[in-house]
Amino acid sequence: MLKDITIGQHFPGDSIVHRTDPRLKILLVIAYIVLLFTINNFLGLALSLVLLAGLYMLAKIPLRIILKSLKPIIPIIAFTAILNLFFMGGQGEPLIHFWVIKVYKEGIAYAIFMAVRIVALIAGTGLLTYTTSPIVLTDAIERLLSPFAKLGLPVHELAMMMTIALRFIPTLIEETDKIMNAQKARGAMLDSGSAKDRIKAMVPILIPLFISAFRRADELAMAMECRCYRGGEGRTRLKVLKFQPHDWGTVTFCAVTFGLVWATRFVMPGVL
Amino acid sequence: MNEMIAAKDVRFRYTPENPYAVDGASMTIRKGEFVAVLGANGCGKSTLAKHFNAILLPESGTVTVEGMDTRDESQLYDIRQTVGMVFQNPDNQIVATVVEEDVAFALENLGVPPAEIRARIDEAMQMSGIYKHREKAPHKLSGGQKQRVAIAGVIAMRPDCLVLDEATAMLDPRGREKVMETIHHLNKDFGITVVSITHYMEEAAQADRVLVMSEGHVVMEGTPKEVFSQTEKVRSLRLDVPQAAELRDELVKAGLDLPEGIITEDECAAALYELLK
Repeated sequence: MLKDITIGQHFPGDSIVHRTDPRLKILLVIAYIVLLFTINNFLGLALSLVLLAGLYMLAKIPLRIILKSLKPIIPIIAFTAILNLFFMGGQGEPLIHFWVIKVYKEGIAYAIFMAVRIVALIAGTGLLTYTTSPIVLTDAIERLLSPFAKLGLPVHELAMMMTIALRFIPTLIEETDKIMNAQKARGAMLDSGSAKDRIKAMVPILIPLFISAFRRADELAMAMECRCYRGGEGRTRLKVLKFQPHDWGTVTFCAVTFGLVWATRFVMPGVL
Repeated sequence: MNEMIAAKDVRFRYTPENPYAVDGASMTIRKGEFVAVLGANGCGKSTLAKHFNAILLPESGTVTVEGMDTRDESQLYDIRQTVGMVFQNPDNQIVATVVEEDVAFALENLGVPPAEIRARIDEAMQMSGIYKHREKAPHKLSGGQKQRVAIAGVIAMRPDCLVLDEATAMLDPRGREKVMETIHHLNKDFGITVVSITHYMEEAAQADRVLVMSEGHVVMEGTPKEVFSQTEKVRSLRLDVPQAAELRDELVKAGLDLPEGIITEDECAAALYELLK
């Protein structure tokens, strides 16, 4: 059961969104997040959502997957919306006035605005992780951060750590499964008892797991040394990220659409 | 120069409080040879193997790889490129999340240009028979396949010598057979010297030469026939002999006349056929 879990949420495909240079995708997602926070009106927000929906369709990612990724953040969305609803002041008469609670028209508008903005935020970053495999993402982060290596940031080491972590997640999950079974065979009660008992029952699983992880790390380090590993200096890569002609198309497209979304502030009055 | 690896009076201990794990071991591995190293647990064979590519350095004595002293730090990466190591647990040797990326790891470290990496890893994956799995995640492969990925990752460096530290110990019989097949293929068809540290007598019986270690040094040396026909001595070193040799031994004890030097099943079957004819 534990073996089937997938790492990250990569949704393989061959669309233009998938094939876009991962470095560009990261930068565009950051730009999109900034854009979302500069939008101050409903027209811009709606346009940015339409844009995102279009890209999702282009990437052929089913709607249920997007909804699934939004599910865990529903409480956050609700919390933000409710806070804004109650604490947003406004001019004119409150629509509802009950005890200390006053709800104004502006409050309702702002609550909806904030909720939609968070949804767009999550769905926007989701598009990046759906269309980019973790290894490519790690690679792209390493390249993007490489200028900071001169300032002493251990960029290569961080990327290597991420790669090894991704590599060992399935191995360690499998091992956890094995240890759990071994402990059950020795009479451990893992699924019964109070919450406290169950947490206590985790100790005999975690200790062997940690010891084994240390041993694995030791062996891996030796195997890496045997293969001439000596840090990031002078290292080449099998797959070189190259800016393709279609990436320039993506840049242009996003520049225009992002600009359009931003420009809506001159057409429609802001919510605030 | 015919010597691949030469170890001379190597002594090594992990900490000064511990006894010597390798205690005056000397051996020469010739180019193109397939050498099996045998020995009971704790006889120092794995520790000695780690001296062959400068993972460990001898406390006294010398180890040379194609004439390069392993203590010469300026030649460290040449040595590691010449002698590739494959370890017991395939899971703990694979670094990347995609097979071909892992095979490329050593070449990336060596700063080989990308186009050449591509050519060399394709070649290495074909040599070890995992080319069709190149885009899979390592954890989706069987133990034998994973070990062949590890071998490909080492072969990609184009080493002259491959040291296998109980590389088949964790595999099921079929995986083991496949891995041994690959290794023999590399040895015969590409002339790669192989040093195989093993517990499996049947594997050792297929080698050109067998070295037996005990208490940190080499105690027996010779062709598999020479070594395994001394059944009593091999047993006294807490080792088994191949089943065919054992059977021959028992039959001789029971008064049957069988020729000496029977170590494989085929030889045994042929000798029995002769006897019964």
